[in-house]
Amino acid sequence: MAMQEAQVIPLRAARRPIPAQVRPDEHIAEPTPLRPDVPPSQVDGLSQRLAGAVGFLRRRIAGDYTVDEFGFDQDLTDAVLYPALRLMYERWFRVEVSGVEHLPADGAALVVSNHSGTVPIDALMTAIAVHDNHPTQRHLRMLGADLVFQLPLIGELARKSGQTLACNPDAERLLSSGELVGVWPEGFKGIGKPFRDRYKLQRFGRGGFVSAALRTGAPIVPCSVVGAEEIYPKLADLKPLARLLGLPYFPVTPLFPLLGPLGAIPLPSKWHIEFGEPISTEGLAPLAEEDPMLVFNLTDQVRENIQQSLYRLLAKRGSSFRLPGISQ
Amino acid sequence: MTPSVVLVTGVGGYLGGNLAARLARDPNVERVLGVDTAPPPKDLLRRMGRAEFVRADIRNPLIAKVISSAKVDTVVHASTTAHPAGPARRTLLKEMNVIGTMQLLAACQRSPQVRKLVVKSTAAVYGSSARAPAVFTEDGDLRQENGHGYARDAVEIEGYVRGFARRRPDVTVSTLRLTNLIGPHVDTVLTRYFALPAAPTVLGYDARIQLLHSEDALAIMERATVEDLPGVFNAGGDGVITVSQALRRAGRLPVPFPKMAIPAAAGLFRGARLVDFSPDQMRFLNYGRVVDTTRLKTSFGFTPRWTTRSAFDDYVAGRGLRPVVDGAWLAGVERRVLDSGARG
Repeated sequence: MAMQEAQVIPLRAARRPIPAQVRPDEHIAEPTPLRPDVPPSQVDGLSQRLAGAVGFLRRRIAGDYTVDEFGFDQDLTDAVLYPALRLMYERWFRVEVSGVEHLPADGAALVVSNHSGTVPIDALMTAIAVHDNHPTQRHLRMLGADLVFQLPLIGELARKSGQTLACNPDAERLLSSGELVGVWPEGFKGIGKPFRDRYKLQRFGRGGFVSAALRTGAPIVPCSVVGAEEIYPKLADLKPLARLLGLPYFPVTPLFPLLGPLGAIPLPSKWHIEFGEPISTEGLAPLAEEDPMLVFNLTDQVRENIQQSLYRLLAKRGSSFRLPGISQ
Repeated sequence: MTPSVVLVTGVGGYLGGNLAARLARDPNVERVLGVDTAPPPKDLLRRMGRAEFVRADIRNPLIAKVISSAKVDTVVHASTTAHPAGPARRTLLKEMNVIGTMQLLAACQRSPQVRKLVVKSTAAVYGSSARAPAVFTEDGDLRQENGHGYARDAVEIEGYVRGFARRRPDVTVSTLRLTNLIGPHVDTVLTRYFALPAAPTVLGYDARIQLLHSEDALAIMERATVEDLPGVFNAGGDGVITVSQALRRAGRLPVPFPKMAIPAAAGLFRGARLVDFSPDQMRFLNYGRVVDTTRLKTSFGFTPRWTTRSAFDDYVAGRGLRPVVDGAWLAGVERRVLDSGARG
């Protein structure tokens, strides 16, 4: 099935241009090639990279790539979408990650995270954090609001980068095929909350994510993101304009809409993403998902867990915008 | 139970006609009756062999007489058209689809000999929208946000079929929800669409589509007719391609239109008698549709021979469509770059 094909990660890793791993200083440190019969110029960075680009172009033009049933286009994601996001991840937000060992090496898990920042950049950064820090570079399959999939271009790119609609059938389908799924149960309440409410977790929906995890027996990995609240500090909400445009809110930030398109540039806050200890959903009573009290309790447990680690991370961090030279 | 007398509706069409031809070749089937308002094309009629053609309109109560006098025990309703390939009169099609089905089911209910009913339905009953799950299973509800068009007809037809199954519990009813058909010989909206030299697409949307090779569709229809397999089954090839990917594989040029300009563009294509883009068809090109075929593979016991991708490639090869940019040439460039790098 297409799902399985999309999961074959070692193949993709092999297809990646080698120079990413082979830094020039390593060449100097190791003058004798390991394989003497192969000329050292074989691993010539530029031509490898060029051939990789041409190969990518060929696959795109000929339509020779695989898209899974959710519309996840791994070829495009790894070659174009993730590198673009990685630039933002490394240079702009300077994301620090901890607790990667809590992500399972293989098999299903549900990553549950806080949501903030007016624009869902935090979800994309979490996906990069998972992909780049996981030993087998797993892709986080994100669950998004229906609004995302209605919008032109954004909806298309969302599906291609592995997102799908946040609904129980899709969540359970992804989890039962052993995917790493990301969910932001606060939804618009969380991402669109005013700046004065930063780092205060909102209600966690109706606990649909917990029943999905219970039904599939997937562990829940709580994830806390610090820094995303400051990228677009939402000071006010132009409700009539939002209604007119069919959006959940129309934010006013210190720079937007004052500076127009320039105001759309996120503020360069320093981020920290922490993955907490997994909460097992196995071994609970059969049909546990049919017990609303159990679902509510588990939802609260996950929420409390994330809120506590948010407070802990906030206490540790100094300024929201510290520069690389000053930090640590 | 092997059927002895089979009645196939819609033999003027690709699926109905070819199914009648296949059944006529089956020595276990005693008699094959094909019904349609217009006779099938000559080459199809020749292939149909011993199958008899009855020129009748299923909207007419006369169909009941045909069924009872010929002692029909198996009825295959293949005349439902979810998406006519070319421009057609909507009201007439709706009549043929809905009233025709009602009349046919009424006739079946009256005839005690009828033991099996096979209905060709469409995966369009699930609709397509940004609010729908990515993959539809048979148990998903058919609550239609898009309450018009051929998809609505198909939902209504299935409603009547469920009613019939309730009233005649002794009849084995198989409903087959086919995804879009493709193949070198079949004529559908999609085969016409992908043959356009420049294909209009919706700017910023790239639908996932699932295809079923016409040969697989025939085999599925035949299996449902010959075997006893009650239930509703999704039928589609494995895997998914996107519209843009399909256009690239077929070497067509996509011409993106903003969503607002789509109704006008669709009207243009309809007016030019090229392709009929109905509103639900346009929604399909926006959001696409994928169905779960686990039930088809397990309880129905059929795995399509063509995947979505290979079915599409078969269509491209069969129609002789040529890509704009030669993939082999680019592969050569890729090799040359690597070689020059290796030489230093």
